[in-house]
Amino acid sequence: MNIVIIGGGPAGSEAAYRLAGEGYTVDLVEKENSIGGNLNNWHQLFPDRKSAAGLVKELQQRLNHPGITLHIDAEAREIAESAPGKFAVKLSNKTVLHGSAVLLATGYKVFDAKRKEEYGYGIYKRVITSAELENLFTNRALATLYGEAPKRIGFIHCVGSRDEKICNYHCSKLCCVTAVKQAIEVREMLPEVEIFCFYMDMRMFGPGYEEMYREAQERYDIKFIRGRLSEAAENIHGQVVVKVEDTLVGKPLRMTLDLMVLMVGMEAADGSGKLAGSVQVPLYPNGFIRPADPHTGTNLTARPGIFTAGSCTSPMNLTDTLTDARSAAWQIKKWLTGSDKHA
Amino acid sequence: MYYDPFVLPFTIGLTALLLFLAVKYIRWIRTFRKSERRKIRKGMFSLKTFRAAGEVFSECLLHRKIYRTNPFLGYMHTCFGLGWFLLIVAGKTESMVYHTSAFNPPYFAIFFRFFHPAKETFPYSETFAFITDLLLLFILSGLFLALAKRFWSRIVGMRKTTKHRPLDLLILTSLWLIFPLRFLAESFTSGLRGGGSFLTNNAGEFFAEFLPLDHLTYPAWWAYSGMLGLFFVLLPFSRYMHIPTEIVYIFLKNWGIRQGTKFNAFSKIQMYACSRCGICIDSCQLNSSLQMDVQPVYFLKKIRHGKEYESLIENCLMCGRCEASCPVGLTHNALRLSKRPDLSRITKNTYSYAKNAAMPAPAKVAYFAGCMGQLTPTVTRSMERILEQAGVSCTYIDKEGGVCCGRPMLLAGNREEAAVMAEKNRAILKASGAEVLVTSCPICLKMFREEYGLQIRIVHHTEYIDELMREGKLKTVPGEQRTVFHNPCELGRGCGVYKAPENILKHVSRKIDTDFDGKKSLCCGGSLANTSIDGRQRNRIAGDAAKAYAAYQPDVLVTACPLCKKTFATASAVPVKDIAEVVAECCRP
Ligand code: SF4
Ligand code: SF4
Ligand code: SF4
Ligand code: SF4
Repeated sequence: MNIVIIGGGPAGSEAAYRLAGEGYTVDLVEKENSIGGNLNNWHQLFPDRKSAAGLVKELQQRLNHPGITLHIDAEAREIAESAPGKFAVKLSNKTVLHGSAVLLATGYKVFDAKRKEEYGYGIYKRVITSAELENLFTNRALATLYGEAPKRIGFIHCVGSRDEKICNYHCSKLCCVTAVKQAIEVREMLPEVEIFCFYMDMRMFGPGYEEMYREAQERYDIKFIRGRLSEAAENIHGQVVVKVEDTLVGKPLRMTLDLMVLMVGMEAADGSGKLAGSVQVPLYPNGFIRPADPHTGTNLTARPGIFTAGSCTSPMNLTDTLTDARSAAWQIKKWLTGSDKHA
Repeated sequence: MYYDPFVLPFTIGLTALLLFLAVKYIRWIRTFRKSERRKIRKGMFSLKTFRAAGEVFSECLLHRKIYRTNPFLGYMHTCFGLGWFLLIVAGKTESMVYHTSAFNPPYFAIFFRFFHPAKETFPYSETFAFITDLLLLFILSGLFLALAKRFWSRIVGMRKTTKHRPLDLLILTSLWLIFPLRFLAESFTSGLRGGGSFLTNNAGEFFAEFLPLDHLTYPAWWAYSGMLGLFFVLLPFSRYMHIPTEIVYIFLKNWGIRQGTKFNAFSKIQMYACSRCGICIDSCQLNSSLQMDVQPVYFLKKIRHGKEYESLIENCLMCGRCEASCPVGLTHNALRLSKRPDLSRITKNTYSYAKNAAMPAPAKVAYFAGCMGQLTPTVTRSMERILEQAGVSCTYIDKEGGVCCGRPMLLAGNREEAAVMAEKNRAILKASGAEVLVTSCPICLKMFREEYGLQIRIVHHTEYIDELMREGKLKTVPGEQRTVFHNPCELGRGCGVYKAPENILKHVSRKIDTDFDGKKSLCCGGSLANTSIDGRQRNRIAGDAAKAYAAYQPDVLVTACPLCKKTFATASAVPVKDIAEVVAECCRP
């Protein structure tokens, strides 16, 4: 029996590998020209600082399985149930894939920081996103970014998350720990630099995260200021002047930064809504896919035969994404062997 | 003497109504402030009174504004308003010609066909009969439309009609029965004794064929008179109170009375002047996008009938769309604002940050970005570029941190806090010595113009750019982009600025005309005046508005307010720019 998996990020790749291991044939669809998804834009992972490229490689190697057919540069456009329990997935390259189950592993997209105009992304030179900073780490380009090494760097948490104004109420979960990880990496590269994190709450939910946060303060001398950035301006030297209210002290604060990093949040991928819509799978108001039940029906959707894995249902870290993918593989197997044809 | 007991219900009803109205209006007007009463006294003997009379004719009788919204609905209202009025005039004239005296009791004209022996002719009697029949037909046709509207409100182009109370239904029925009963009474009389014209005469002959008219005619006159009496007695308790009150409102308005910051007797007059036509419902985007019943018609009705209306006070964008479409011309923004309490809490720490606000460098022209302007660096940068290009020496008074203009506080009802901020900004402006104040935020613009009492010129950036372009100080190249203009509520309907952005866009882009140009522009949903709806609801309003504009397939959706720009940014598929950005892209040295 064949299964169509949409999305070749960590969730899709892991599920493909597990399902192939169970003896199913799998079509794995990826819109980019290589697998790995957003992981490709990462340098090191938290909390163990493992190389992201290494993990992508590992995932890729596991796809060298005779049961897995990879379709890269192909975007899934629409799902249709051709016969009960038979699904047809139309791709942008006109191919139609057939499967007895479809797994949505469409992941997330990074928030477009231009939508938060007051932070000056795309307008001020020295404002970059956390994703771009990862890139600078990979290319070892931070020290020479503007001719000379920055002296003061600020990380701005919750950009595009927990923000009613742009209609994203949700917490993206990972940006806090990413900021801590990135701040530590910066410290390692530039021992002299002053580093500030401007946060609303520090959400250190994963194993080892809280420890990392503590270390960041004690060992790496990173300063955490509780307060939301209200606006940023550029001075004549091209530096960024930020206005923040320090909510612990209750005082407004102005600071000049040589580099401002926006911790961009996660939003539902554009494909999620389109594909889910084509099979009447409901979404949350923020665009992520709604599971059949938040406790007992994860990986399942309101439509039997359509499954989900990874961050297409909500922001998720890598550990949880991979676990979720394995769980999805098991759910699909159960459905296909007929032991759980849920209504 | 012409008299019959059946005229009593009518006469008593009319007398009671007139007495009631006189007492009510006099009591209200007596609570007006001295200065306002002086305005009334002065206005009464001036040209304003004639203007008011003209307006009464065109709005209360012709219903010109309703025609503008919807000709069908307009006709319906004209039938009742103008038709009834002319019928009274014609009837009165007829009775005067017949009686050769102006002093006959009111009922005599109304029930003329009863008293007048049909065979007896007098000058133009045929013409009068023809005219009154024609008018009756005219009214009956409107009645027919009104009935149809009840059953199918779409044919008159309104998606929603207002819901009515039982008492309203009773009086509505009495109003609707008046003219059919008159028709019957006159027809029966004509069938029995002759007289009348093409309508009542033919109908009378028709009825005479199969009805015992000698038994029916007299009761029909009783019914007609009774129905009139009932209508008059019920009128003060129903929505038809708007008929006399609208007239009073129009006179007061023309004499210079305005809605103040408090809900007072004048507010009550406005409240009673609402005809509950329901036009405001269709114009409101809280209805079209969010299906909320918060429009003036509901708001005023709830206040009037002592229902819970508090939740509606905050739930209004104050976009002014209902105000612009209201045929009675009620000032809804001011009315709603008058119900928002002042909850200012001023301590010595309030706005302490403002105390340290830096004093700006002096210059002839001052630019105020405003809080929202600070959040849209694209706009402020474009303005800097434009002003530099035009060689204007300008001081950017809030660049290094300024003080809010105070309008958000004012819209929330907190006038006192707003006053603290205004005080500070006045000092800053004075220090700058500027003669012109330019702002790119229409919200600030309205505040500066209306609440600051400044003696300098206050212009919006669209007006200033337009001026610079006309004077040849700012040179631009024609742009190729197809643009659609979203006129911000506070700029267009709020401050009456329509021409300047239009001129500019015609020069620097290929502006597409839309149904939303001018007074009909939409609201982006971001309005600070509504503290009740949440971000998602705003986003739905913005999304619907953006879609309406996108239907014209522009390359860019242009606006002239930083708040609109930000609100549309999350909701529009078409790129959104401020007009200053579009101009800055087309500047040439
Ligand atoms: S994880 Fe932290 S930075 Fe990210 S959205 Fe949640 S609270 Fe904000
Ligand atoms: S560990 Fe502490 S901060 Fe984190 S979720 Fe639990 S209670 Fe909250
Ligand atoms: S407020 Fe104006 S538009 Fe609305 S129902 Fe009353 S008269 Fe009509
Ligand atoms: S001002 Fe705007 S939001 Fe308020 S009731 Fe009128 S149309 Fe609706």
